[in-house]
Amino acid sequence: MSNSKTQQDQNTPDKLSSAISSEIMIELGTVNKWYGAFHVLKDINLVVHKGERIVVCGPSGSGKSTLIRCINHLEEHQEGSIVVDGITLDKNLKNLDHIRTEVGMVFQSFNLFPHLTILENLTLGPIWVRKMPKAEANANAMKYLERVKIPDQADKFPGQLSGGQQQRVAIARSLCMNPKIMLFDEPTSALDPEMIKEVLDVMVELADTGMTMIVVTHEMGFAKTIADRVIFMDQGDIVEENEPNEFFGNPQHERTQLFLSQIL
Amino acid sequence: MATGVSGSEAVRVKPQEKFNFFQDERVRSVFFQILTVAIVGWLAWFLASNTAQNLDKRGLSFGFEFLDLVAPFDPDFKLISFTAGVDTYWRIFIIGILNTLYISFLAIIGMSFLGFSLGIMRLSNNWLISKVALAYVEIARNVPLLIQIIFWYSVIYAVLPRLKQSLDLSFGAELAFLNIRGLYVPWPVLGDLLWMTFLALAIAAIATYLFRRWVQKRQDLTGKSFPLLLPSAAILIIFPGLVFLLTGSPLSWDIPELKGFNFVGGASLPRAFIALLIALIFYHSAYLAEAVRAGILSVNKGQGEAAMAIGLRPNKVFSLVTIPQAMPAIVPPMISLWMNVVKNSSLATAIGYADLVAVYMQTSLNTAGHAIEIVGMTMGFYMITSLTISGLLNIYNKRVQLVER
Ligand SMILES: Nc1ncnc2c1ncn2[C@@H]1O[C@H](COP(=O)(O)OP(=O)(O)OP(=O)(O)O)[C@@H](O)[C@H]1O
Ligand SMILES: [Mg+2]
Repeated sequence: MSNSKTQQDQNTPDKLSSAISSEIMIELGTVNKWYGAFHVLKDINLVVHKGERIVVCGPSGSGKSTLIRCINHLEEHQEGSIVVDGITLDKNLKNLDHIRTEVGMVFQSFNLFPHLTILENLTLGPIWVRKMPKAEANANAMKYLERVKIPDQADKFPGQLSGGQQQRVAIARSLCMNPKIMLFDEPTSALDPEMIKEVLDVMVELADTGMTMIVVTHEMGFAKTIADRVIFMDQGDIVEENEPNEFFGNPQHERTQLFLSQIL
Repeated sequence: MATGVSGSEAVRVKPQEKFNFFQDERVRSVFFQILTVAIVGWLAWFLASNTAQNLDKRGLSFGFEFLDLVAPFDPDFKLISFTAGVDTYWRIFIIGILNTLYISFLAIIGMSFLGFSLGIMRLSNNWLISKVALAYVEIARNVPLLIQIIFWYSVIYAVLPRLKQSLDLSFGAELAFLNIRGLYVPWPVLGDLLWMTFLALAIAAIATYLFRRWVQKRQDLTGKSFPLLLPSAAILIIFPGLVFLLTGSPLSWDIPELKGFNFVGGASLPRAFIALLIALIFYHSAYLAEAVRAGILSVNKGQGEAAMAIGLRPNKVFSLVTIPQAMPAIVPPMISLWMNVVKNSSLATAIGYADLVAVYMQTSLNTAGHAIEIVGMTMGFYMITSLTISGLLNIYNKRVQLVER
């Protein structure tokens, strides 16, 4: 962690300006979720505006992954409402399809498709979901590969890339669907320290374009740079929620203080 | 590490190896190889010379001349003609091979389809579907194949009507019949001009192929997909159909008819064939189902999640992401199951289907003698068939390796 902090200090010293609009992108109303008898999410209320960047942190098992996986319905919630881009997540499959195309997701373990080339990984969604012509999908994919700075890897297979490169491809794969919202679940925690920065750089650039983002991460330097709000979760609760300087400089809750003292 | 090598270190020499003839690894390995060859060679010589001596003593001979002798019986199921009293043991051998390959081929196709369906059913979220598939797999795998063959043979006997009450499968048109002896269906008699219809069919096939390529190209260019199934079917049916009618319908049917104690004409599949086919499919599809299930489960859960997260529907997730990654784990066990189907079809002999073992290794052996030659030829056939199938597997494995990297 200390490693990335120094990187952040050197490379992204300025706090990004943000352009939060009043338009609401995501709204969670008293969401509850259980795994069997285990109560994972407890009365979660969260409103995310267009262009807002949220960092979620908290101890292992506190429900961070579950929270963001509920937003694109990789997990099902049992109580409460989730509204994404004006569409309520319910049993209606059309709504689900729509939300999935609007929300991109990046996983801790990359989850690239190993049987497809990098280019094919990027064009799979546009071709089959967006019904984009192949040539256009290829051009579109190359544009995003350039944005994540690995256009020369287009014809390789995921197994031939380093972890950092794979995660950048995964980000590009989501962006190819032209989503309005990006979810990140600990995108750098499976990476060697020297690769963390290359991924964070890409994410900072993405934040700069005004993308609405929810990022689960423990990279505090990164959080200070991009976050409009930091959310601290513990045992299924949102315990504390504040803008980053206040959050790190002056945490209110005991549990937050304890957590911060452990990771900083 | 490389710096500062002192003088004494630089002149260090390789220590002299002490060579001990009896302890040396190379000497030993050569010695044991020679010994193995000698033992195997001696065994082979011993068996061969003893056999020759014993055959001699009993006035028997070794040789394949018997294959040219007329076989004094008529196999009751054959794909090629056989004239009793004229055709030879060699033709019996060929008939047996064709019968074995015929039932194996049909069983392989059947078990592959059924095995995949069952494997997917096993993973269904629907409780009933997955439990039905589970019960099927458990029953089929835990009862010995031989017993299953006899079971189906008896079931067909118990369930189907006798000859005089044959079930008319064509709903009163008297075209196809089912009874305890088997299935009787009309058989086509080819007319002179039929080749033109086949030609038309070939042309239609090529046209369909080109049409599909055009659709694919169009999708690549514009992203729009075009209905494939209906137009393909239309091309394949309408054009050959027109040619067929214009050439005066050069095809007639030989329809089975009840004459005396049996049906004559048409084509028939005997009860033993049907029972064996069902049993082979039932038994092997259960093993394939398990391989398919394991293959699908071996695909990382994150793969499906990533595919769903970019908006793919479950059926597309399955066909574009899950199945392609599961195939390398499914194909090798599937091919070795195909091999088992061929080998296990030899259990036909228990219910009297005229496969290679029944018609050649048993009936022919009883009438012609020459056990060593006949058993040897039969073994040779199964070995060559199995090796051919495992050759397929090697080709597949090579291709998978190429694609992955
Ligand atoms: N499929 C599941 N079935 C049962 N329990 C689960 C399941 N997935 C997660 N859990 C439990 O739910 C709790 C929250 O999990 P979650 O993955 O959301 O935590 P997290 O905050 O992301 O933790 P980490 O930092 O380790 O990723 C954990 O206690 C976990 O054991
Ligand atoms: Mg997690």
